[in-house]
Amino acid sequence: MKNFTWLLLAAGLVALPACVTINIYFPAAAAEKAADKIIDEVWQLKKDGEPAAPQDKESK
Amino acid sequence: MKKLLLTLLMLPLLAFAAADLELNTPAISALKSSMQARHGQLAGHYASGAVGLTRDGLVAIKDANAVPLKDRQAVNALVSAENNDRNALYREIANANGHPEWEAEVRNTFSQRWVQKAQGGWWYQDGNGWAKK
Repeated sequence: MKNFTWLLLAAGLVALPACVTINIYFPAAAAEKAADKIIDEVWQLKKDGEPAAPQDKESK
Repeated sequence: MKKLLLTLLMLPLLAFAAADLELNTPAISALKSSMQARHGQLAGHYASGAVGLTRDGLVAIKDANAVPLKDRQAVNALVSAENNDRNALYREIANANGHPEWEAEVRNTFSQRWVQKAQGGWWYQDGNGWAKK
């Protein structure tokens, strides 16, 4: 049982950096969201009175 | 002990949840305001076809004849100032997120979104040259 615990622990430690590594890939969806937010502000595409309001789904 | 193990195993899952890109830096805010202010002057030129959106996320003179001769110098200056801001914006977003090497992909994402959000009648570049939205 104790061995098993250590095995789990080791597995967790191995998994952690692997998941951090995934962050080196370009986050396309987040970038698209960021671009939309900035473009809405620069081109003032949101209605007056609600600057940079958290726009949910619709918008396109 | 078991709790600690569970916590350790959950940590990687949290890393996946990292969602939005960082945009709240003074540099990005300044670029946004500058571009927003300039848009008032550029919008008419997008509509007339004098200026269009390029494939690399910038703007360019598409039809100089749409601008009276005396205003051409001013439009050229607008285009060049806008492009300086756009280049800086893409670079700043990549830097703000700790990945300067993302600049090209940020630019690419923006180039598609600018066109997507452009008004009908504005011009943009696609694989075959200029097209009207």
